Amino acid sequence: MSFPWAQHYAPKHPVMQWLDQRLPVPRLVYNAVGAGYPVPRNLNYFWNFGVLAGAALGIQIITGIVLAMHYAANGAIAFDSVEQIMRDVNSGWLLRYAHANGASFFFIVVYIHIFRGLFYGSYKAPREMVWLLGVVIFLLMMATAFMGYVLPWGQMSFWGAQVITGFFSAIPVVGDPIRIWLLGGFAPDNAALNRFFSLHYLLPFVIAGVIILHIWALHIPGSNNPTGVDVKGPQDTVPFHPYYTAKDGFGLGVFLTLFALVLFFAPNALGHPDNYIPANPLSTPAHIVPEWYFLPFYAILKAFTFNFLWIPAKLWGVMAMFGSILLLFFLPWIDRSPVRSANYRPKYKWFFWMLVVDVLVLGYLGQAEPTVLVVLGSQVCAAYYFAHFLIILPIISRIERPLPLPNSITESVLHGEKAEAAPFGTQTA
Amino acid sequence: MLRLFGPLIAPIVGLGFIAALILAIITASYESEPATAAHEFHLHPKPLHLASDGMLGKFDRQQLQRGFQVYKEVCSACHSARLVAFRDLSEIGFTVPEVKAIAKNWATEVPSVNPETGEPATRKALPSDYIPSPYANETAARAANNNALPPDLSLITKAREGGAPYVHSLLTGYRDPNTYRNEKGEALPADAKPSANLHFNPYYANLNFAMPPPLVADGQVSYADGTKASVDQMAQDVSAFLVWTAEPKLENRHRTGVAVVIFLLIATTLAYFSYQNIWAGRKH
Amino acid sequence: MATLEQTDGPADGHSGDGTRRRDFINIAAVSFAGIGAATVLIPLVNQMNPSADVLALASIEVDLAAIKPGQAIKTSWRKQPVFIRNLMPKEIAEANAVDASSLRDPATLAERTKEGHNNWLITMGVCTHLGCVPLGAGEGEARGDFGGYFCPCHGSHYDTAARIRKGPAPLNLHVPDYAFKSDTVVQIG
Repeated sequence: MSFPWAQHYAPKHPVMQWLDQRLPVPRLVYNAVGAGYPVPRNLNYFWNFGVLAGAALGIQIITGIVLAMHYAANGAIAFDSVEQIMRDVNSGWLLRYAHANGASFFFIVVYIHIFRGLFYGSYKAPREMVWLLGVVIFLLMMATAFMGYVLPWGQMSFWGAQVITGFFSAIPVVGDPIRIWLLGGFAPDNAALNRFFSLHYLLPFVIAGVIILHIWALHIPGSNNPTGVDVKGPQDTVPFHPYYTAKDGFGLGVFLTLFALVLFFAPNALGHPDNYIPANPLSTPAHIVPEWYFLPFYAILKAFTFNFLWIPAKLWGVMAMFGSILLLFFLPWIDRSPVRSANYRPKYKWFFWMLVVDVLVLGYLGQAEPTVLVVLGSQVCAAYYFAHFLIILPIISRIERPLPLPNSITESVLHGEKAEAAPFGTQTA
Repeated sequence: MLRLFGPLIAPIVGLGFIAALILAIITASYESEPATAAHEFHLHPKPLHLASDGMLGKFDRQQLQRGFQVYKEVCSACHSARLVAFRDLSEIGFTVPEVKAIAKNWATEVPSVNPETGEPATRKALPSDYIPSPYANETAARAANNNALPPDLSLITKAREGGAPYVHSLLTGYRDPNTYRNEKGEALPADAKPSANLHFNPYYANLNFAMPPPLVADGQVSYADGTKASVDQMAQDVSAFLVWTAEPKLENRHRTGVAVVIFLLIATTLAYFSYQNIWAGRKH
Repeated sequence: MATLEQTDGPADGHSGDGTRRRDFINIAAVSFAGIGAATVLIPLVNQMNPSADVLALASIEVDLAAIKPGQAIKTSWRKQPVFIRNLMPKEIAEANAVDASSLRDPATLAERTKEGHNNWLITMGVCTHLGCVPLGAGEGEARGDFGGYFCPCHGSHYDTAARIRKGPAPLNLHVPDYAFKSDTVVQIG
């Protein structure tokens, strides 16, 4: 793996040499995110979001472990234990708000990371496995976030659990037994809360494991870049450290500043007031909505309001909602265009932005009251979402005439300034 | 067959979604729903400015103490605040002996057990106790209030859309349903008028509110600090108090936040220059 | 194959002065990151300290009116047992008859009670050996060879002033901080 010109780990200190022969962890880090990993020199700020997603996961795991020291997964006291964290535990409000808003920021970062991949064709050969593992991470994140949102045991927690586990009852014949098995009862209660807590604690570590595979798979071909052109030689790359550690450090600073602004000055802006009302199985909130990061998928679910081909509306909705994510697994084989970056694909670029708008509109419709126009809008947008992947992409990857690609990354960066064409780090004064 | 069509299953299912949606769009009926009275007459909360607003907001402790007095003398007859302990009151400026006295003299006592007989009993509250509910349980609360449940107020400004301004508007928003006119000058339709036991309040989502007007006359409480206890003043004060009960660490959060953001801005600026230095002279 | 040092950086053609300024900024940025990470540790560590609701129960008031001479009660303070004994004159005399300096953990009864309330012996009910709860506070329990408390775990005997007299315990039963609020009400902690 990696490029032949990658720098080699050569520890100077005897202790490091001793360690390297016995447990070469420093070598692993050096080759993964250190000077031993050559990266295209032309990455833009959108390439910061992978590292930011890792940082967000780190924030979630650390604050989560600490919160678990105070949280009580019991229907009778779960809500109060969260309030005790907010009121009585030392810095508890900080930890809890960091965890709740950290989830939102994790999704913001991951959505930008995914759309970065879509724009620059990072899912295409030879990086299909990176993309597939990424979709797996996304699914695991959704499961983790859903179960985490249930834990405070407020009204939205309870009714969210009711609605989402209700998806399973849409499955013919075995649906209801599956739902009852998932909940350990007939409605969300202690049994469900306890298993959700257990799994909510476990899944982030599974995510961390899949992230290791995701990075491993990435290191085989190396990182994509804004031109989508393959790395041709040492002049096209720079060592990850210090070049991209410095750039990611700056990106992390911007990310943390935005995170802090929300965390300290608008910590409930992304939440729902109803979740400050304790769970009440006898009273449904006027308007059940999931967390904002699920809204586009929720809109797709709600778009199916009719029975079609003997399949009931509810099952259509559930299938379409899961289908809209599972579809992403097929993307590397749906888009046959050999050109990766949308910068050289004039038609695809246009439809890419249409998709972004479509998903944003779906998100808006997901939280809107289901008036006639909203339902109609979500039907149009949901149909467009599927059409983008299943009709538009196959067609434009056939008919599109790509713009001429640069010969190399270096050429695209330098525009013919030969003086700098030598590999980074080999120049001397 | 399987080999041929296997890879096509996913697209076929997906195209099924599209077909189903297109059919729905074609066959949908486009009649718009009639506007309801709740739609025509519901008002959004009036703006309310509190000292705790904004990035640098701090609590006005005098106001919180006045608000506490309104809660104690008016609201607490029906509403619990079960997440607030008496000891917490020292954070809004009461001294330790004052807190002790407030707990001891609270109108409702704390459930306890008679040490001699083991029978359920009550005892005077201690600072470590939480503000007790005026009712033994939900059923008792509903029975005393025409089957309406007075909600716990600890988190009310975080648990309602609109927060403190909503609470303030609601408390001052009761109107006579017979003479009320909305912005367009329309009178309330007969079927939207409150039935017995309900009270017309345009700030409440469905206009008819179970709680009778709690603040009815100026001077209903007499403030120790000499502030004139108008209905609006009392409503503002208790709203401010309920901001504190819902988010007692608000000042802490604002203070920490300012320090953290300043630190991060400096650190990020340094990181930017470090990044620029490391890449100095490199085209990328 | 490049042979680049980590510190080699991107530099070329700069004066020594420029190099120093550049290094300074890199070091400052890394230092700031370090300071930030260290500061974040404070809440992460501090959250394990007792929370406000636990601290609110750190001090309790006990009404002594119902405890007759010769009787003792066991109450709970900070989730640990506290023994409160109303000493009889005979027990006080027994305690005072011992030469305090001859004891393993020298202390007089007067030092272990409050002025004017010498009959009230208030101690933790936690054996100073390995933390068992000694017997003797309850009616009819064994009170050991010296008429005070007896720890059944490893046989520590305490006298009527709850001082260690025999057995493995190194110290007298601990006297918590307390104060009489009135003649019959005592505040512990």
